[in-house]
Amino acid sequence: MAQTKITRTSDLTFWQKLYIPEIIKGMKITIRQMFLPKFTRQYPEERWNPPASFRGRPVLVEENGKERCVACGLCSRVCPALAIEVQASETELNKERYPVKFEINMLRCIFCGLCEEACPEEAIVMSKEYELTFNNQEEAIFGKDKLLISKENLKERLEFLRQYR
Amino acid sequence: MVKIKINGNEYQADPSKTIIEAARENGISIPHFCWHPRLSVSGNCRMCLVEVEKSPKLVIACATKVADGMVINTKNERVEKAQNAVMEFILINHPLDCPICDEAGECKLQDYSYKYDKGVSRFEEEKVRKPKRVELGPNVMLDVERCIMCSRCVRFCDEIAGKPQLVFSNRGDHVELTTAPGEKLDTPYSMNVIELCPVGALTSRDFRFKARVWEMSSTESICRGCARGCNMNIWVRNNEILRLTPRLNPEVNDYWMCDNGRLNTFKYVNSDQRIKSPMITKDGEMVETSWEEGIAYLVHKIQNFKKNEIAGIGSPFATNEDNYVFAKFMKQIIGTPHVDFSRHIVEGEEDNLLIRNDKTPNTLGAFEAGVYPSEKGYNFQQILKAIESKELKCIYVLCDDIAVAPEVRDALSKVDFLIVHSPIKNTLTAIADIVFPTATYAEKNGTFTNFQGRVQRIRPAIATAEMDRSSDGMSLSRWDKFGAQNDKWTKGNKLDVRPTWRILSSIANTINPKFRYNSAEEIFNELSSTIDSFKGLSYLKIGSKGAFLNKKTINEKKSIKVS
Repeated sequence: MAQTKITRTSDLTFWQKLYIPEIIKGMKITIRQMFLPKFTRQYPEERWNPPASFRGRPVLVEENGKERCVACGLCSRVCPALAIEVQASETELNKERYPVKFEINMLRCIFCGLCEEACPEEAIVMSKEYELTFNNQEEAIFGKDKLLISKENLKERLEFLRQYR
Repeated sequence: MVKIKINGNEYQADPSKTIIEAARENGISIPHFCWHPRLSVSGNCRMCLVEVEKSPKLVIACATKVADGMVINTKNERVEKAQNAVMEFILINHPLDCPICDEAGECKLQDYSYKYDKGVSRFEEEKVRKPKRVELGPNVMLDVERCIMCSRCVRFCDEIAGKPQLVFSNRGDHVELTTAPGEKLDTPYSMNVIELCPVGALTSRDFRFKARVWEMSSTESICRGCARGCNMNIWVRNNEILRLTPRLNPEVNDYWMCDNGRLNTFKYVNSDQRIKSPMITKDGEMVETSWEEGIAYLVHKIQNFKKNEIAGIGSPFATNEDNYVFAKFMKQIIGTPHVDFSRHIVEGEEDNLLIRNDKTPNTLGAFEAGVYPSEKGYNFQQILKAIESKELKCIYVLCDDIAVAPEVRDALSKVDFLIVHSPIKNTLTAIADIVFPTATYAEKNGTFTNFQGRVQRIRPAIATAEMDRSSDGMSLSRWDKFGAQNDKWTKGNKLDVRPTWRILSSIANTINPKFRYNSAEEIFNELSSTIDSFKGLSYLKIGSKGAFLNKKTINEKKSIKVS
């Protein structure tokens, strides 16, 4: 084994070699922080309300008790993580078509928001929810029961999206 | 032949051809909605406008014959402007329905919008509203709003199906496609208008909203509905067949397929009546068993019978390969001369287009592959009689529910030991002593021989338990390609069924270790080297359009006439 010689660009000065002044310098910064305003939040007692531009878990918009979604499958097609599965069926309503099954695998979802962008009906939007925990894989597959959120509760996001239409 | 110039290049063309035909022959596509190679020219969509030098106005390529020295431009500025205008005009009353329209993804209007439209409309008024969800017939749904009045469907009914059931009513932007009052679109070929329709006005009622077209994989196959053997595609999502569509083969079915073939030949593959494992009758009750036990039981039982007490009934629904292995197994391993199969002829069904009286896809093939009685052997009717007289005691039946006929059922229920191959539970499996679940035509490789003597390939579209879509070279959808094992939509329903030739090969293998096949192609190669009429054929030669049997050898055998 060939020995490699370590060369420093500049050697430590005498004061640096003593270490004590350097430790005092570091402590100064630490102690100053103790008296500055705190950013730490007492989560989960204190929760953060994200801005409208935040991309939380995708949800389906519910309007007059029914989903807006017409099950066109574009979200499912555009999803880079293949998280969305849609099964269409026929409805008596004017829109003709509705999702009899709409599932998002939250273990696959990467919160990119492409589904929202692709949706021609503004039926799937990114919510503010960021707290997702599961005990098993099955639980992470969200069906229509967990995805449907009424339009009123998604106002901010829908208005935010309107700016970019 | 005349000389023409298209986009600056010179071509030779037949003067009886129109510009669009001559251009197509030379690989130049001209956009069109109403023109179709097999229908008369109506020239009403105006999408195929091209510039012909010295002609003051643009001309429609579908109705203008080529002439010597013609100089044609299909994509200069003037033509593009006209195409933009036509697209804008057609889209004026076309609803923005794509998210709910079944045609989306394979829609000519959608594709042309990307290619030839500017994407803006100057139309600010209300669109004309017309009826949606009109049930035009038992199999076809009409959305009048989406119709662009190309009249392809009207011409199809008049000219190909021979039943003028569709017509336009009203004028201007109020034109509506309709049937006569009280009439329905119910020709046996009605569903061909679905593919003909360049937009989503005519859609399938059976396939309605089942899947988006881009979610499915498609596999080239052959229809098993009758002896025509129409070329078709099997569309599959999550290991389930969702629809069948015709595939162009000018020498067999052209662009068409009958409704019966499309609707009634695949549903049993998805059915919950499929048999899931080998079954043995013990004390009058059917019990499930493993493949090894089933085969051992059969081999043990079959040894109790003399050669001449056993008969084999092949199947015109099974492939050439299956029938070949069956005939070889019965005649060489078992050693019985009594081998035949049942014909399924329905007199008076035949027409001039596609439908045949023979309701099986492989009658000729089963015979040619060797399923016929040897010398002093009994044919099908004689086998039934011999069962009645207790001369035959053990019958081996391939995938064919012959027991639907009461007299056959009565005869077969008197058999001591009845062996049945079947994909689904039916009248025959109900009286069987041992049942092996077999792969359907959509789950295996093989060939059918149609009534013309054309050998055509089928390919697996549905995976069984022993198959894997990607490593077995099956067609893949995006979901199949990128899905993981724990994704719900890749699980599908995989059955533990095997192709008939594999089951026979495993049984014969326990009796004679030399009897062994590893693939359908290996069997076909043996078949083509041993049977004269198949000489020179191979899977490669058959390709996607099929290849003919050696015609001379077929004609020599008079006994091919159905009994």
